[in-house]
Amino acid sequence: MLRWILGGREAQGTVQKSAVLFIGEEQPKNCFTEMQVLKGHFDIVRFLVQIDDLRFASAGDDGLVLIWNVETGDCLFELRGHTQQITAMTSYSFIRGRNAHAALITASSDRTLSLWDPDSGNRVQNISDLQSSVKCLLVLDRLDVWLSGGNELCVWNRDFELQCKTVHHSDAGISAMVELPKNFIAAAMDKEIVEPVWIRYIAVMAMRHLADHRDTIHSLISINDGLFASGSHIGELIIWDSVDWTIQAYEHILWEEPAGDRQSEVKLKQIERSIQHMIISLSRYIVAAVGSGLYVFNVLMKSVAAYRKIAHDSSVLHTMRLMSCSEDGSVRMWELQDLPLPAEPASSGFFGMFGTFGRSSKQTGPPAKKIPEVPGLRSLELMGDLIGHSRAVQMFLSFKEKGLVTSSSDHLLIIWKDGELQSQLRSLAVFQKLEENQEL
Amino acid sequence: LSTYFSVINFKKDLLDQTGCIRTHIFCCKQSSLLSQCARIWLLCCVFSLSKDFILISEFSEQVGPQPLLTIPNDPKVCGTFDLNYFSLRIMSVDYQASFVGHPPGSNYPKLNFVEDSKVVLGDSKEGAFAYVHHLTLYDLEARGFVRPFCMAYISADEKKIMHQFQELSSEFSKASEFLKSGNRKAFANELEKKLKDLEYTRSVLHKETELQKKNNGCYSTQAIEKANELANVEKSIYEHKDLLRQITSYPSRKKKDVDFVQRETEKLADTSVLDDTLNSNHSDIADKTVETESDSRKSSYTPQLIKAKSAKCFDKRLKTMEELCDANFFHQTLEQLNITEKSFRGDLCFIYTSQIDGALLGKQRVTSFLFEAEREWEKEGTSKNFNIFSHNPTVPILNLSGELLSLESYTTCIDIDHIKPGVESMEGPPESSLSDITQETSEAADTETKGSFSSDKSIEAFGGVSPSSLQANYFDGLERKSKVSIASPSESASSYVAVPQKMTDGNLVPMDAACCIGQDGFIFEEPLPELAQECCGDTVVNQEPLSLLQGDPALQVDYILEESALAESPNMGLTFSELNTGVLSEEVAKINIEYVSDSTSFMSASTSSDRAVSPFTYGSALTLKQKKKAGHSALRFIRQYPFAQQAIFCLLSGRTLVILGVDEGTVRKLVNALFFFVPNLGKYGETVQPWLSSPFQLTDLQRWKLIGLQRAASPAGSSILHSLNRYSRYISILDCDSKTLRCPPYKGTLISHLADHRTQIKRGSTYFLHVQGMLTQLTAKAFLYTFCHHIHLPMDINDQGSVTSRRTNFLLQLGYTVEESKIVQYLSELIKQHYIQGSSMGGNQSFCFNYTTSYLYKI
Repeated sequence: MLRWILGGREAQGTVQKSAVLFIGEEQPKNCFTEMQVLKGHFDIVRFLVQIDDLRFASAGDDGLVLIWNVETGDCLFELRGHTQQITAMTSYSFIRGRNAHAALITASSDRTLSLWDPDSGNRVQNISDLQSSVKCLLVLDRLDVWLSGGNELCVWNRDFELQCKTVHHSDAGISAMVELPKNFIAAAMDKEIVEPVWIRYIAVMAMRHLADHRDTIHSLISINDGLFASGSHIGELIIWDSVDWTIQAYEHILWEEPAGDRQSEVKLKQIERSIQHMIISLSRYIVAAVGSGLYVFNVLMKSVAAYRKIAHDSSVLHTMRLMSCSEDGSVRMWELQDLPLPAEPASSGFFGMFGTFGRSSKQTGPPAKKIPEVPGLRSLELMGDLIGHSRAVQMFLSFKEKGLVTSSSDHLLIIWKDGELQSQLRSLAVFQKLEENQEL
Repeated sequence: LSTYFSVINFKKDLLDQTGCIRTHIFCCKQSSLLSQCARIWLLCCVFSLSKDFILISEFSEQVGPQPLLTIPNDPKVCGTFDLNYFSLRIMSVDYQASFVGHPPGSNYPKLNFVEDSKVVLGDSKEGAFAYVHHLTLYDLEARGFVRPFCMAYISADEKKIMHQFQELSSEFSKASEFLKSGNRKAFANELEKKLKDLEYTRSVLHKETELQKKNNGCYSTQAIEKANELANVEKSIYEHKDLLRQITSYPSRKKKDVDFVQRETEKLADTSVLDDTLNSNHSDIADKTVETESDSRKSSYTPQLIKAKSAKCFDKRLKTMEELCDANFFHQTLEQLNITEKSFRGDLCFIYTSQIDGALLGKQRVTSFLFEAEREWEKEGTSKNFNIFSHNPTVPILNLSGELLSLESYTTCIDIDHIKPGVESMEGPPESSLSDITQETSEAADTETKGSFSSDKSIEAFGGVSPSSLQANYFDGLERKSKVSIASPSESASSYVAVPQKMTDGNLVPMDAACCIGQDGFIFEEPLPELAQECCGDTVVNQEPLSLLQGDPALQVDYILEESALAESPNMGLTFSELNTGVLSEEVAKINIEYVSDSTSFMSASTSSDRAVSPFTYGSALTLKQKKKAGHSALRFIRQYPFAQQAIFCLLSGRTLVILGVDEGTVRKLVNALFFFVPNLGKYGETVQPWLSSPFQLTDLQRWKLIGLQRAASPAGSSILHSLNRYSRYISILDCDSKTLRCPPYKGTLISHLADHRTQIKRGSTYFLHVQGMLTQLTAKAFLYTFCHHIHLPMDINDQGSVTSRRTNFLLQLGYTVEESKIVQYLSELIKQHYIQGSSMGGNQSFCFNYTTSYLYKI
């Protein structure tokens, strides 16, 4: 178990404040040079779910579910039916006949669960008499069932028939679920992780309550067959053994509180160390969004691999590979670099020269030099950022070379694409059309 | 007056050249009279005929020749011009084709589907020359069922009529074809009604005959009278049925001549004719109305029917032209004539220029949206020309040895025939003109007609190689591309290579042999500077530009190559006049004044031009005039701001330029100075927002490429600044108040040619044309870049990298710097998107940008 207090030796509070990164306009490694703005939602877009290679669904507080084509940016369907905000959404593929079908399960605050057919835009199934609204959904492909978690845990088959459910848990309800081996799942409820074993078609039973977290668990992920991880509001990161549910590693991320307690608002911001989101990257790193920072934990070494205390101006909401999106409306792309680079002044972006609206408050100073306290510590360097949204970026979804979709509180979705690749694709399309029209 | 003298000179030339033919066409007396009176006419025409117009007249069997209507339909148009007299003149040239009736050896009247005749006529009294297009319409009540009509294009400029004969002929033929189709439909309806009347009459007579027979016996006078009457009716019914059969079986051969637009409407019309006429099962409501109508007519009509055919009654009212024609077709006819009238406004010089211009633009359909003004009424005409390179489908596969393939595919674009237009015209005169030459028309030369010729054959006889005939053939050739033979690759390749060498004199810039389009790109660089200078310099051009393929052989070759390589026209010497013909005539008069005011405002720059009127008014299309005026503002801008080149670079490379300022006037003036640099400006300037006082959104950057933005101290102002700050990587900011520009750097020479602050150009419109020329050249390169296969097609699937490097190298080889490459790439992306999605740039557009550092430029 490693307790680690960051930046204890970095006393320069002023530098801390300006450590907010500003990469400047020259970003040679940033390949996203084309964007497509998708309009359609009327409120915060919170969820993005990939349906297949080409399509994805977006949903948010307006209760609308929209299905989009990532290549053209066309809205294929508007799935209307929910009267209140969407609280969870997942894609669901099942075999009917001999064809694999893609479907979409959505849960809303209006206490309904719906199954949609993204090919026709129809609502195939709907359940409206739920006790409480569902906060999370988990599909167990292996068993061809799916689970909904709210105040209670329900197991459904693919025909939307309730198989079994737990008794009423608590007001907090289940906020996250992961699948574990041997028909177990882990469900995060407030400060505890419940390990209900799920016995086919009969009952769900809570096997054990793991109450090692001292605050609300925000994220729960499965690392591999043997491990899963949970992160809490106060920055506790615990890695569990999936089989015997013992703690494999405990990490308490305490972003340093400013020593000189300079400005109170800065202090407030830095105290924020809630683990909002975690993701597995390269199958051995956990990338965690901690407050407005990023934290990369090496699972194999059970030690921190890299961190960036202030990766964004405000809370990081979602991470993916080494990307992060934040309430400040930006998406940042990071790179693990082996050596702690010598202090290199970041580009000032020429705002200083442009006096009319220079952002003087965000003058970049040299980034804090990090002293490797842990062997193998690498630095997390900013490779590029995507600026487009005017409010918090809620989530993103990668279609690999086809692009990156971001959803935001500003009601917009943006597809970011590799401009060079798109240009080449367009050229191909042009020659194809020339050929079709026999104008070649 | 000099024009008039040149007209006289031309006429003399014509007379000299065609001395022998002249005698066949008009008598010597007439011609000598003409030359004597020429001067007087010309003076006359100043007064009586200020403007060209179209006159439609009829030779009425009751009152003789009479004018029906003029286009434009405005009494001021003809002024003191004597329409009645002129109608008499044009209608007196009866073309004898209207012979209808009982042909010898036939018992029944026969409808002749005669060709229209086309003649040119000069008149001494009015000092007018006219292209006269005769046609006949069918009317059941008229003598011989025909009514002769004629449409005439009347102008004081003889040369114009002569040289534009072919074009006039084709335009009027279209109108005539509309009119005749409508008339056939109406005639068939009329016949049908008449048949019903006759059948009714027959039944009545039959009853009466029976009655007479019963009462008076079979051989009573009354009975015989009735029987005769009945027989007459029977005969009449037979005749009318025959007529109906004739009109409905109108030779389909003729329909093929008609323009494609019309073909469809005609098809519709024909089917409806058939429906109306051949359907004996009348069950529709429409038919009921017809029947009631005929019922009402029958009572008074029945006994007179048979007489009506034989006896000419001069007191009956003849149908008007509108009544003779189906309403829908009649309106189409008028529309066509209106278009014709508009398209022939202006003098010959202007028409030539705009025809050349239009023809070139027609071939640039893929790229013309970038910097050219949209032309409404020319659209359909030019659209067919574009397909010229479409006859040999080539699969876009890239061989590693790309040479052969590309050569082959590009030679399909070259019509061997067009390289030697003369050959083309000899071998295959257009079908339409062949059919025009009817025996009647060539003999129709009236003794009073001056210079009448009715087919292009006779034009050729006139002038040897007459420009208009060549031109006509040329255009016909474009349209009849199916007829154009596809040359064998080797053949065309050799001729292709031969041509550029002839004209470049070894100026060919060495270039990757694999790219033959690329060669063209370089070839054209050579002749450009002189031409550009020609139009920039202050030399006055006294000669009108030559017709498309007339004169300068180099120019011809140039032009042909243009078309073959699908490239734009760098020879802006020809096309710089990008005038909007539609608004010409009125404008011509103003031009001089405009120029004067333009140059004076240049002299006293500070005073007059401050009142720069913004061209951006809601919902109105940007006109060329506005763009030319903007040229003046642009000139001032590049003189005043040393960073003008950077600003223009931003616009051309698709980076949104925000002009920020407190004063709306100043901001709008700057927007006005820069807007014509914006690629794909849109018909209404949709990509420009001249004045914005609210914060802009991300989507606005996608939509607008030039934004005038208010700087205000209010909270709104601070949020504006916030958005500027947030999206600073996507925009360049020109601050009017502190006179600074924040934008990426530009290195290169392209824009310094485009916007040289030491330029000698003084007039805004000249500068606009200069810019237009440069931009066209740039567009040509973008086109080249877009449509060169082998730089875009991957060798295999995982070949992204090599495509990228091939692209970059290609642009470097074209001589562009990194920044200039961005311009070409941006234009190329626009071309691609435009091509893929069609002209409607709606849908969800992508927004491209670069991550480059901006710098701050100060005065």
